Amino acid sequence: MGKNLYQKVWGAHKVCELESGQTQVFIGLHLIHEVTSPQAFGMLKDKGLDVAYPELTCATVDHIIPTDNQARPLADSMAEKMIQVLSDATAEYNITYYPPQSGSQGIVHVVGPELGMTQPGMTICCGDSHTATHGAFGCIALGIGTSQVRDVLASQTLAMDPLKVRKITVNGKLSPGVTAKDVILHIIRLLGVQGGVGYAYEYAGSVIENMTMEERMTVCNMSIEGGARCGYINPDQTTIDYLKGRPKVPAGAAFDKAVERWLSFASDADASWDDEVVIEGADIAPTVTWGVTPGQAIAVNETIPDPDSASGLQKNLIVDALKYMKLKAGDPIKGTPVDVAFIGSCTNGRLSDFQSVADLIKGKKVMAKVRALAVPGSEQVDAQARALGLDKIFEEAGFEWRKPGCSMCLAMNPDKLMGDQLCASSSNRNFVGRQGSPTGRTVLMSPIMVAAAAIRGEIADVREVFGIS
Amino acid sequence: MSGNELTKINGTAVYIEGNDIDTDRIIPARYLKCVTFDELGPALFFDERFDEQGGSKHHVLDAPERQGASILISDANFGCGSSREHAPQAIQKFGFKAVIAGSFAEIFHGNSTTLGIPCVTMADEDRARLAALVSEDAGHEVMIDLENQSVTCANQSFTIAIKNSTREVFLQGKYDPLDALLANGQAIAKVAKSAGYV
Repeated sequence: MGKNLYQKVWGAHKVCELESGQTQVFIGLHLIHEVTSPQAFGMLKDKGLDVAYPELTCATVDHIIPTDNQARPLADSMAEKMIQVLSDATAEYNITYYPPQSGSQGIVHVVGPELGMTQPGMTICCGDSHTATHGAFGCIALGIGTSQVRDVLASQTLAMDPLKVRKITVNGKLSPGVTAKDVILHIIRLLGVQGGVGYAYEYAGSVIENMTMEERMTVCNMSIEGGARCGYINPDQTTIDYLKGRPKVPAGAAFDKAVERWLSFASDADASWDDEVVIEGADIAPTVTWGVTPGQAIAVNETIPDPDSASGLQKNLIVDALKYMKLKAGDPIKGTPVDVAFIGSCTNGRLSDFQSVADLIKGKKVMAKVRALAVPGSEQVDAQARALGLDKIFEEAGFEWRKPGCSMCLAMNPDKLMGDQLCASSSNRNFVGRQGSPTGRTVLMSPIMVAAAAIRGEIADVREVFGIS
Repeated sequence: MSGNELTKINGTAVYIEGNDIDTDRIIPARYLKCVTFDELGPALFFDERFDEQGGSKHHVLDAPERQGASILISDANFGCGSSREHAPQAIQKFGFKAVIAGSFAEIFHGNSTTLGIPCVTMADEDRARLAALVSEDAGHEVMIDLENQSVTCANQSFTIAIKNSTREVFLQGKYDPLDALLANGQAIAKVAKSAGYV
């Protein structure tokens, strides 16, 4: 019997069984940022501990950093302090740190892959649930809490129980106007936000195999929204082509050797999975959320669900969501007025996201009432987009082109919704209050759907707005 | 014996109804601006409890008869979303010692365990009965028995579930794994080498 990727990576990183029955697992790459990590250094100090493997940890700032004026000290004194604590700690413990203006700062889950730090077969963790993103390269990539950040700093290991693995096969091909974001929103809609609890998701099938690495990252990124602690895609030639030549990837003969090792982690043909789900790519439409969980999603041409279609607590969820979103059961979602459009985040803040939007909005204008933000995921993405003139295309269309950061995905920096504004957003969470206003409303969708909403001033079908067929 | 063994947790309880309660609701992102977790208690469920002017929304957590509760009861997929440890930290600093729910999001569960907050699950029907008992009378004591995997309240007994390894770490008082992890330095170094990291 063969093994799946999860089992192989787990096996290669297992240190021992702990007395509790948990497994001690070695972590190959630890990414840290200014919001969930500074406290961990304080915990180390309290216990008089050192960082065990500083060369396997890498830091940047993303959550709190403003995307307009990044001049230090920051206007927000607490944000300034958190960044300073991270900066001081990385200097003290000899940890690589990419601050703003280093050329490599950005959202951790954009920076890791683009520098080639993320490589197949690794265990990766970060104090951020969207660490799942790195699974696109065939890694076990886990979001962790701050005490676990402490554990990794001090020991480079975590105490864990193994997950089950669910293989999700997406067959066939996608229709025009349907993107990787729609694929993952569709999966979460089908399996639910609790469906993945206890599982790692393995994404497979021709739709996944035909995706670029950036598209694969979008899919794996939102595994956590489906309840799965992590998601991954088996490494293949697309993975290898992406990695070749990146700064942290070996070159020459060492690269060839690495490739052989990387590919060996892919699930064997005769592997087994704890569960399998098959989805047809042709069934996936441009998808948007209507509620306050990422699973409360419909195709853009469907109507908003009726609470009477459910019962008990599930019915309450729909009632509460509609009340919060100020939407009515039975109405079309299309045509819902939009106040803000946001393109960015670790889900959809990479070059291809901005490129695909620029191709569509060139020469068009965002509706005057809509505040539109484009926030590149990293300084590298920003530089590449500028080199292609994408920033100008966005600005001419009426978008603000910002500096890199998490921005309005979680609104810890000054980029926030006001009052009950409704935001068409390429981010990953539509939770109550997520975008910075306790009454703000988020509708998740793909970047090109956000572009369509920005131009129409309402939720619209990207295929109709831009004549895609 | 480490002195931290946790076998029974008892006290009054609060039921917060709803599936899929995410960590953004448990603690809004603006309270993540801190370099220690010490002051997070008052921020628990802040936007559920107070309006934008700071006026009380009369949330169950603020009911006078619920003050001092030590067990939080909720429904399925509690703690989903962001990995912020600030969520269980706020729950603990507010005064809760354990959480009973239909199910837990994994990261929240792991964070809570490390902090010494047992997260136990209970079947829907039982949980509804327990929630009703607690909601009827704020004085009802709830007792979680990790050893026997049961909860008692008002002379009624319910079965709870908890992963074996999680149960063990509480019974052994070793829910903070750091010492156990640090004890294996040589084995760690061996894997660092065999897996190609050093």
